[in-house]
Amino acid sequence: MKFSVIIDALPYLLGAAVTTIWVSLLGVLLGQVIGVAVCVARQSGGRAADMAGGVYVSFFRGVPLLIQLLLIYYMLPLIGIDVPPLVASIAALGLASGAYVSEIYRGALNAVPHGQSEAALALGFPGRSIWARILLPQAFRISVPALVNELILLLKASSLISVVGVAELTRTSQTISASNYRPLEIYLAAGLIYLAINGALALFGTLVERRLQQA
Amino acid sequence: MLDLALLVQYGPALLRGFGVTILCWGAGCLIGMVLGFVLMLLRQLPVKPLRWIIRAYIEVIRGTPFLIQLFLLYSGGPSIGLRLEATTAGILGLGLYGSAYFAEIFRAGYQAVPKGQVEAALSLGMSYGSILRRVIVPAMLVSTIPAIVNMMAILTKETVVLSIITVPELMYEMQTMAAETFATFETILGMALFYWLLVEVVSRLGRRLEARVTRFLTHASPQGSSTETATARA
Repeated sequence: MKFSVIIDALPYLLGAAVTTIWVSLLGVLLGQVIGVAVCVARQSGGRAADMAGGVYVSFFRGVPLLIQLLLIYYMLPLIGIDVPPLVASIAALGLASGAYVSEIYRGALNAVPHGQSEAALALGFPGRSIWARILLPQAFRISVPALVNELILLLKASSLISVVGVAELTRTSQTISASNYRPLEIYLAAGLIYLAINGALALFGTLVERRLQQA
Repeated sequence: MLDLALLVQYGPALLRGFGVTILCWGAGCLIGMVLGFVLMLLRQLPVKPLRWIIRAYIEVIRGTPFLIQLFLLYSGGPSIGLRLEATTAGILGLGLYGSAYFAEIFRAGYQAVPKGQVEAALSLGMSYGSILRRVIVPAMLVSTIPAIVNMMAILTKETVVLSIITVPELMYEMQTMAAETFATFETILGMALFYWLLVEVVSRLGRRLEARVTRFLTHASPQGSSTETATARA
């Protein structure tokens, strides 16, 4: 063990960690949008929408992320969309996350009392605003712990995008340890950085949860 | 689409790869469960430092990406004299990764066993070993089987990551095939469908096992609280 190796590499690792963080955040945001859309479509879009949503959820939860990532990475150029690996990676993370998020929201919606939407109907709310003003805000509040957990899972999963060459934390650790032959120190440092980010996220999640409970 | 002649040509390699996948998965699950169970038991001992160490171990494993753990084991290991073959490192990595999650699953199951049952067993003069074997573990099994099955399905998916440290499992063989034949997209699509099916099969078998175990335990202790747990969830 030589700690000076870690100190030397630290600026690069931290820079790469920033990439890891914003790629994961964009992935989670995309996942939120997709997840909410799929959840609403499955609940109120009729049978065909429910089935299509079911296949989407089953596929993206059943297939390993690495394969999804390669699939999207190689599929986009085939259908004429030439995007950098970074964009393909965010798309893959978002699609995978969307499947889990839609299930999180489905569970949360079940926890919102039935009387709520009935009362809104009785008051003459149109369908769309029942979703936007009554159901989704409450479902969001219920699902905050699960969503923070999802963010942590996605942050860990984002290490897989190193495979398509995105210079995030894992890829950068690989590059550095390949040049200084100190894999033990470098991967240890990378692991600690992941741990620190996840710890911060978990703390943030607890704070948000507490805040929402007061509201 | 994919040329069927290619499947004939690469069939044996893919089959061998699938064998390695199953081996890694099975051995990884086994190591993970045994180690997880031991960790859970050790955590019950009234030794504070031991608890902290186990807790730290679990947090570290659960807070870092599996890929980083594999790199640390496979590439970082030789620096401290731990030279492992890719497959061995893969199995060990999968086992260590799983152990942290299994330890938490078992802990939840352990805590869910009603205290009164343990106290009743103690007052009947049963030793801790036989309380564990005859009271705690059966009740734990009933309440944790869904979580165990879920974790095993997750580990099925994680085996794919082993290809990155060159374990010659199915994904690795598939990537070799894709690189040699240039039929990249078709191969990956085929692989996606295959893993989809595999994970689905693991989950279905798990659910059947769950029904089986639950039924058996319900019959074995008609008045025990394991029955309550089982019916409450069903």
